[in-house]
Amino acid sequence: MSSVHKGAFDSVRDWSHRLAPPWISQVLGRHKRLTLATLFLLALLLPLRADSYQVHILGYIGLFAMMGVGLNVVVGFAGLLDLGYVAFFAIGAYTYALLASPQFGLHIPFWFVIPVAVAIAALAGVLLGIPVLRMRGDYLAIVTLGFGEIIRLVLNNLDPVTRGPQGLSSIDRPSIPLISFTLDTPIHFYYLILIACVLSMFIAGRLENSRVGRAWVAMREDEDAAAAMGVDLIKYKLLAFAIGASFAGFGGVIFAARQGSIFPADFTLMVSINVLALVIIGGMGSIPGVVVGAIILVGLPEVLRDIQQFRMLVFGALLVAMMIFRPEGFISAARQRSEVQRIRELGSVKTTS
Amino acid sequence: MRQTTRSSTSPIKVTLERTLRGMQLDLWAQQAINGLTLGSIYALVALGYTMVYGVLQMINFAHGEVFMVGSYAGFFTLTALFAAGFGQSNLILTLIIVFLVAMVVGGILAVGLERVAYRPLRRAPRLAPLISAIGASIFLQNAVLVIFGPRLQVYPYVFPAGGVSLGNVSITYIRVFIIFLSLAFMLGLHVFVRRTSIGKAMRAVAEDKDTAALMGIDVDRTIATTFLVGGALAGAAGVMVGMYYTQINHMIGFVPGLKAFTAAVLGGIGNVPGAMVGGLFLGLIEAFSAQAIPAVYKDVVAFGLLVLVLIIRPTGILGEVIGKK
Repeated sequence: MSSVHKGAFDSVRDWSHRLAPPWISQVLGRHKRLTLATLFLLALLLPLRADSYQVHILGYIGLFAMMGVGLNVVVGFAGLLDLGYVAFFAIGAYTYALLASPQFGLHIPFWFVIPVAVAIAALAGVLLGIPVLRMRGDYLAIVTLGFGEIIRLVLNNLDPVTRGPQGLSSIDRPSIPLISFTLDTPIHFYYLILIACVLSMFIAGRLENSRVGRAWVAMREDEDAAAAMGVDLIKYKLLAFAIGASFAGFGGVIFAARQGSIFPADFTLMVSINVLALVIIGGMGSIPGVVVGAIILVGLPEVLRDIQQFRMLVFGALLVAMMIFRPEGFISAARQRSEVQRIRELGSVKTTS
Repeated sequence: MRQTTRSSTSPIKVTLERTLRGMQLDLWAQQAINGLTLGSIYALVALGYTMVYGVLQMINFAHGEVFMVGSYAGFFTLTALFAAGFGQSNLILTLIIVFLVAMVVGGILAVGLERVAYRPLRRAPRLAPLISAIGASIFLQNAVLVIFGPRLQVYPYVFPAGGVSLGNVSITYIRVFIIFLSLAFMLGLHVFVRRTSIGKAMRAVAEDKDTAALMGIDVDRTIATTFLVGGALAGAAGVMVGMYYTQINHMIGFVPGLKAFTAAVLGGIGNVPGAMVGGLFLGLIEAFSAQAIPAVYKDVVAFGLLVLVLIIRPTGILGEVIGKK
């Protein structure tokens, strides 16, 4: 096999000498609970000091973090490169928009639509997963990219159902039934998103350390070896697609409810690329990394609004620089970190002997 | 009463049907020409994807942007030559200069991309160069946007109106030009890859980099050459698209890039004749499908076809079986 055909483990070894000291990850790892509690408290109190627009942006960060957590399951845990992830976000959003707007005169409550939309997104994930089961790497990336574009083009052109580029508007605001409270300000949605985010991260975190998560990682590192060890590749790949998609579907429902109107132009390839980029920049396979990635990728451009013209320019250059100088992301996954550590020790033994 | 009406309309109806059928046929022939024109442009861009995939097993996501920058280079050269009054009097020389400039710019840009964004990542995990390529693509798009603004740039008309008649089908001069020039480029590339020592080195590197290096081939240089040739072809394709559609902006690289990649996969990625066949095939399919179903779905057809080919025959039309990874 030539040098390009290497498993992730080899590449970590090749790249270990380039890693910057991973002190952030170490601190985070050592005081995990404390860090999490502080972050959560911060997220809880942040909107109190922010104006409505800033809260809106914070909500965006939350939505992207949620999608990042979902894509992280597919790309980070299971190692399946998905470039059409926005399709599931769109499916979730359109499911809610069609079931709770004047378009068909349906007004199904938000809370009932969530499980429906999540199920539809998961099903779409499986449907995409079946044909691409045997593909790896770049081919998978392109097929998923094609899938994402097809969904967007269909939404854009299926006028009788989606009203094409005009989009769907007057989407119902969610309300809490017993106390008849309607969510309609950015702050309300911020807290809804925060809850959804924490829930997603909790689920993803539990999955990571479960039997399923270990099977995914085994599959990511070496499919053949994993299969030989009894990992049912088909089952775990489809599971990764379905679970990853359901997070995006959930996010899509909240997005549609928050925006009040949605358009096919909200679901371009750029969204998929942004989510992928935040997963990678934050640290692939690491959930705190996803949060950091979302803050950097969604928050920073807002801070840089004055130089709007240049922000995508900077973003592109940042992606390239990141891959060259810190490919494991700002906060690397614990597993990867331990591997790097072990390889370092092995390396030092070799050089001293 | 009834009888008479029927007998009187019947001959008219028959003639009408006959004319319609005739028109239909001409329309299809016309679409075939459109398809070939578009397809040969796809093929030129697809060659860059396929050659790079051949030597590096990576998708050069920024290749569409090389094409776009080539189109801009051609635009400025062409406009300048016309403004100086040189273009009007020396059409052939002007075309040669414009294509040369666009190809040199495209080639240099592609080599620069390889040097900055891909070479440091050659031994990195497979995801890394792909992300880097996406980053480079976003960077180039926005660099052009920042420098030249979002407005459409209008290519000056180079070719006289009218064209060659082929029965009832007329082919405009620009189409004839595009089809023949791209065929010439493809033929040239085929000879280059098959007959020259650099071409041989490319094939060796595509086969196995380490062994090629052991045989004394300068792998870095061969890869750079591959990018140079692919970039030059993309630059030429950029000028063709500019002349064909007459309007360009910073986004023109995206969809044609995806389509060209589709073409490369259709033909069997890594396979040089495959990219040519795939490009022409995709162009024809797109043109014919525009005749059969609403035109807005033509991109759906292209991507649907891509997904289908990858599922049924992932090695493409002419592809050989390559490694799973």
